[in-house]
Amino acid sequence: MSNTLPLLDLEHVTMKFGGLTAVSDVCIKVFPHDLVAVIGPNGAGKTTLFNTITGIYTPTTGCVRFNQNDLKNTKSSAITELGIARTFQNIRLFKNLSVLDNIKLAKHTRIKYGFWAGILRSKKFIEEEKKIELECIELLKLFGLAEKKDFYAKNLAYGQQRKLEMARALATGPKLLLLDEPAAGMNPTETKDLTELIHLIRDQFNIAIILIEHDMKLVMEIAEKIFVLDYGHLIAVGSASEIQNNKRVIEAYLGADIEGVL
Amino acid sequence: MDYYLQTLLIAGIFITLTLSLNLINGFCGQFSLGHAGFWGAGAYASAVYTVFYALPVPGPINMLIAIVVGFIAAAICGLIIGVPCLRLKGDYLAIATLGFGEIVRITIMMTEKVGGPRGFINIPHLANIFWVYAVAAIITLFMFNLKRSAFGRAIISIREDEIAAENMGVNLFKSKLFSFTIGAGIAGIAGALFAHTQQFLHPSNFNFMWSVIILVMVILGGQGSVTGSVIGAVVLTLVPEILRYIGGTIAEWRMTIFPILLIILMLIRPQGLFGAHELHFKKSGGA
Amino acid sequence: MNQNFTFLLWDCLQYLINGIAQGSLYALVALGYTMVYGIIRLVNFAHGEFLMIGAMCGFYAIRAHLPMPIAIIVAMLSSGLIAVIVERLVYRPIRKSGRIPALITAIGTSLFFQYFGQLTFGADPKTIPPFIAEKIYNFGEVNVSNVQLAILAIVLLVLFFLWWLTHYTKIGKAMRAVSFNLEAAELMGINTNQIISFTFFLGAALAGLGGMLMGYTMSIEPMMGMNLGTKAFVAAVVGGIGIIPGAALGGFIIGIAENLVAGLYKSSFRDAVSFFILIIILLVKPSGILGKNIKEKV
Repeated sequence: MSNTLPLLDLEHVTMKFGGLTAVSDVCIKVFPHDLVAVIGPNGAGKTTLFNTITGIYTPTTGCVRFNQNDLKNTKSSAITELGIARTFQNIRLFKNLSVLDNIKLAKHTRIKYGFWAGILRSKKFIEEEKKIELECIELLKLFGLAEKKDFYAKNLAYGQQRKLEMARALATGPKLLLLDEPAAGMNPTETKDLTELIHLIRDQFNIAIILIEHDMKLVMEIAEKIFVLDYGHLIAVGSASEIQNNKRVIEAYLGADIEGVL
Repeated sequence: MDYYLQTLLIAGIFITLTLSLNLINGFCGQFSLGHAGFWGAGAYASAVYTVFYALPVPGPINMLIAIVVGFIAAAICGLIIGVPCLRLKGDYLAIATLGFGEIVRITIMMTEKVGGPRGFINIPHLANIFWVYAVAAIITLFMFNLKRSAFGRAIISIREDEIAAENMGVNLFKSKLFSFTIGAGIAGIAGALFAHTQQFLHPSNFNFMWSVIILVMVILGGQGSVTGSVIGAVVLTLVPEILRYIGGTIAEWRMTIFPILLIILMLIRPQGLFGAHELHFKKSGGA
Repeated sequence: MNQNFTFLLWDCLQYLINGIAQGSLYALVALGYTMVYGIIRLVNFAHGEFLMIGAMCGFYAIRAHLPMPIAIIVAMLSSGLIAVIVERLVYRPIRKSGRIPALITAIGTSLFFQYFGQLTFGADPKTIPPFIAEKIYNFGEVNVSNVQLAILAIVLLVLFFLWWLTHYTKIGKAMRAVSFNLEAAELMGINTNQIISFTFFLGAALAGLGGMLMGYTMSIEPMMGMNLGTKAFVAAVVGGIGIIPGAALGGFIIGIAENLVAGLYKSSFRDAVSFFILIIILLVKPSGILGKNIKEKV
């Protein structure tokens, strides 16, 4: 039953900045438990698409629906509460906070104690904080970051920062996770670990994942469905093999020789 | 003796003031240059209550009411300023708050009922050093506990990265407005204490220069550090007095030495003495 | 009734003329704020103190019986040199530490010069004679002095000079490049430190000129920089900080508004009106009247 209803539904989404059309009439449906990728050359509008989904931009025309809710006029913070989490292309951690605090923050919308409970340090506050801390450490273990919990986020290695950002996104309790170039700047071994990690996340948390990625090996390996953007237009949708043989996609990438890229 | 008591008293009031600005500036990362305006609004409002509308109840109860009046008056000012201005960022917010702070001061200056440019006299002596330090202790505890609760974390995340914070489900506007209003309100409490220990208020006590001094206290201690604020307030209250005590040329030039020390501090340690840390007695791991 | 209305119109016209004269001085000072902000994104709180130092040096030059034009040059050079020294000693090392430490440093520098001024020049107000013998012309009920006209002419000349400088000279083009993108300009082989020093010199020299011209309406004292500096700064923000024509526009707006409000309503509102305009502008268009809105890239 639930498989027939899309989790995320983009209907003819267009995003214009002045005269520039960054995303043009894009329709994408993502179902629960999907693992899909959005690819495209630089400046194709991939990150802009993420920004319209997470409420940083409001689409010029068209509509974004999540779980049948129209996200128009919904604040970014409220969208997170509804169940969309994301990571950023240029890692946006809370650099001067500890690894543990970064994760604790993500639990913000799930906190059950009130303001005064925190100030007066009531029993409920202490219990709830203890529970949250345990949950957060569990999550960090999954990402192999548990021993680093008291480190400043800025002192982690680059690959670990990417992982921490993913862990933080998951801690908000999402139904849909958007990953913006998770493999950027990683070496081949790290990328391989990441592939496994993404699968693990999807199955253990039972969520849908959309990822933007330039590493074609990673994309072809894990994405069940691939959406290709070029100059804001959705030019192809399909499985890895379908995309690899799609003529328009090959033209979009360098105009030729896609085999070299893929 | 009186002189030492007075210095201690001022130091205590500045602890509360510095903590209140640290909530806005250090925790939430919103740059305010009009904090003396809130301090003044609280001071004048509480004095208006005790001078013109005091209830026939014992002094300490009237002082409590005065504190509440000071808090509410300043918090309302904070709300009025915060709602439109918190959309602004960085330099622009600093400029807007500077403007509002000056408007508050000019408004006081033009209000004849509170003495206008001559100052507000005959304020009853309802508070003393115990009041000042009891309040400072309560506010310190408040800030410590806030910092360790979910609300505090949310506010601090805004300072670190607004977009990421919003992405964690933190409502930017509400959290900013909360810290701005409460920070203003606490400055109002400091104002009530100032009014009822000094018994005299003058608009020039609340000009731009004082906003800067409070800000410097926050920055000296370290933005986001509660213990840092306490130490910053005490050190900066004492330094000019110590320079005065040394006497001779140094006493004469103390007002130029003060800014030089400030500039040297910025050059060698722009994050302040403590950064965002607290003064710890046990060693903390990792970082 | 009808006659009262005519008088009111004449009054308004008079306030307008006074406002333009005063506004042109604000504009002159605002230019320095805007140029420095444009190039290194720093609100230079000490700019008003550069003005004060220039005016003080000019005052002593006149007292040493130097002719007025020489005194003006002395004022401009001393303001400019102090600004270059401050930039080199204080602002340059702090630049990499971020904007808030830089802003605090600027405030510290401003406080330093205020008290330094009190200790060296004395706290007493001093007067600078008008730079030309004052003559007043009557047009109907309105008085215009040749000093006012001369100030307006000088300011327009300065604006024209800046326009020419930034568009047609090598150093001006380099200034624009640095303000557009400092790192990129550096990579293109522009000596950015030199350009920044030059900008500080130019801005402060104009403030020094402003200080001398102001001598005809008010006395000079060590704390004058605070009040005038704040107004000029407000003017720069109102017009759009970082934009040269914006500073001029803002200056005229603040000057005219102050004179109208002080004349028609209450003179004690004179200082408040500029802040009210500031807040309204910040709320309606934070980047100022001529500014462009920029959205943060995610």
